[in-house]
Amino acid sequence: MVAILLLLAAVPPVAALLHEPFYLDLLRRVMIFAIAAISLNLILGYGGMVSFGHAAYLGIGAYAVGVLSHHGIDNGWLQWGIAIGASALVAAAIGSISVRTSGIYFIMITLAFTQMLYYLGVSIAKYGGDDGMRLNVRSQFSGLIDLNDPAEFYYLVFAILSLFLYLSHRLVNSRFGLVLQATRLNEARTRAIGLSPYPYRLAAFVISGAMCGLAGALLANQTSFLTPEFMNWTRSGELMFMVILGGIATTAGPLLGAAGLLLLEDVLQGWSVLPKWVHEHWQLYLGVILVLVVLYAKRGLAGLLPGNERDD
Amino acid sequence: MNLVLVAEQTLNGLQLGVMLFLLAAGLTLVFGIMNLVNLAHGALYMVGAYLAAYFYQTTGSFALGVLLGLAGTLVVGIVVELVALRTLYERDHLDQVLATFGLILFFNELIAILWGRSAIYSTLPPYLTGHVELIGSLRYPLYRLVIIGVGLAVAVLLWFVVSRTRLGMLIRAGASNRAMVAALGINIRRLYTIVFGFGAALAGLAGLLAGPIFSVQPGMGELILIQVFVVIVIGGIGSIRGAFAGALIVGMVDTLGRAFLKPALSAIISPAAGDAAGPALASMLIYLLMAAVLAFRPEGLFPSRGS
Repeated sequence: MVAILLLLAAVPPVAALLHEPFYLDLLRRVMIFAIAAISLNLILGYGGMVSFGHAAYLGIGAYAVGVLSHHGIDNGWLQWGIAIGASALVAAAIGSISVRTSGIYFIMITLAFTQMLYYLGVSIAKYGGDDGMRLNVRSQFSGLIDLNDPAEFYYLVFAILSLFLYLSHRLVNSRFGLVLQATRLNEARTRAIGLSPYPYRLAAFVISGAMCGLAGALLANQTSFLTPEFMNWTRSGELMFMVILGGIATTAGPLLGAAGLLLLEDVLQGWSVLPKWVHEHWQLYLGVILVLVVLYAKRGLAGLLPGNERDD
Repeated sequence: MNLVLVAEQTLNGLQLGVMLFLLAAGLTLVFGIMNLVNLAHGALYMVGAYLAAYFYQTTGSFALGVLLGLAGTLVVGIVVELVALRTLYERDHLDQVLATFGLILFFNELIAILWGRSAIYSTLPPYLTGHVELIGSLRYPLYRLVIIGVGLAVAVLLWFVVSRTRLGMLIRAGASNRAMVAALGINIRRLYTIVFGFGAALAGLAGLLAGPIFSVQPGMGELILIQVFVVIVIGGIGSIRGAFAGALIVGMVDTLGRAFLKPALSAIISPAAGDAAGPALASMLIYLLMAAVLAFRPEGLFPSRGS
């Protein structure tokens, strides 16, 4: 884990040396999605809540930045604070209904609410509707950090990623995290020792949504563009796949999964070594790979790392 | 807002409702009996629409196109069940969701390879085009009436099969206790394949009926699939009765909301408010309805017995 982070930290100088700014961009994208996947892993992996609507918070975070910027407010502290706060509020609203259910109901409800937000984004013409809108100015941090500098932005994302990896590790192993895992493993016994699962689950759901909201704010700055597509249900599916591919309920899993999926997409779409029919229909192969991973590689990429068993 | 318009929109709502029912019935059966979350159900709807449009074009006969499209979707469904889904019955919902999500990507891309990414237009034969004079000055497209008729007929047939035949008895028994059914000497795997094929054919039927009114394009299944989820959650998962009630409610609320919410808001609050909030609220209406139903009846309106 530490080795991976050190490797990521070394990327900007190396990329500058090789004059390959593209990789900086790609890896920044990977890390942003890793943050989103970490937040999903918290409820999906440790809490056993199969949220099929996590892209909602990605969209809310992005729209918080975009809408404020549209009205001339470029202060990053405010933008990102609102992104986190709004995501937490929406997560509390969706969670208060969905967390009471479980299994298939939970999956369908989270999916449906995200779809509702997606249609909301599509139908608000003022903020671009279907076409989305450009972010004219990236979030401003009063001269402290300049997001227009690729390396500075990279290290900011890197710092947030490292912080979130540490925080989620601490959270999972805290009393709160242990109760959360207990509700997944055996709800009846958790109740029997006098703990009500609902507040723990809801709190985890809200924390997870807030974390993902920050990832959304980062993503809006990364692309300088936002559309309702950020909340598309396929995006939620991709986030889930990242968690599974990386290794569910492991600390390093979300990072590995995000890297695995995005690099795989990049390879299938862009590598000139591969024949043209692969580029044109890369989703076909991605679909097959997805099915195979789910059927045969349950432990994910983290299972390949030494000493990285599912920690529950 | 006159009466003719209201009647017309009500019929439109009914038509969307029976369409949703055809999809929801298959999905809810598959879930109720095999405990399988099948996101790829929408892909089968798409396959039905494409096959029927293709066979209609090549054979020149609409009826033949419908028959071959139906049979083709049935075959595709059975193949998918045998190749991919069989291994998923014992897995948890997370695996099922992801694997069938992979299947969606696969099918959408496969269709794009075979027929291209842009929408194809499937036409109607002359005897199904035109309008019918209903009460007063209401003229309604014949084909949409046919859809309503077919949907209601399938609902009755489904009720008959599930509650009055031996196959239906097995289906209900499989839903409540699969180990017991297997112990009594019933080939439960074959039963699963039959039920899945059955559900696939229903999805295909919905797709081929929808073809001439909606555009036929890759990804068409997912747009309607999420509405079908709302139907199932409202009606109660695993219950055909619930699927029927949920489908009609969702079809009506969605259609009437889109037609009348904007003018209603304009009249009650202000035209500006109607313009701004009308379309947004109309597209969110069924999800809000779902939230309201869940708040009062977390198991849906007609929870299935047994579970």
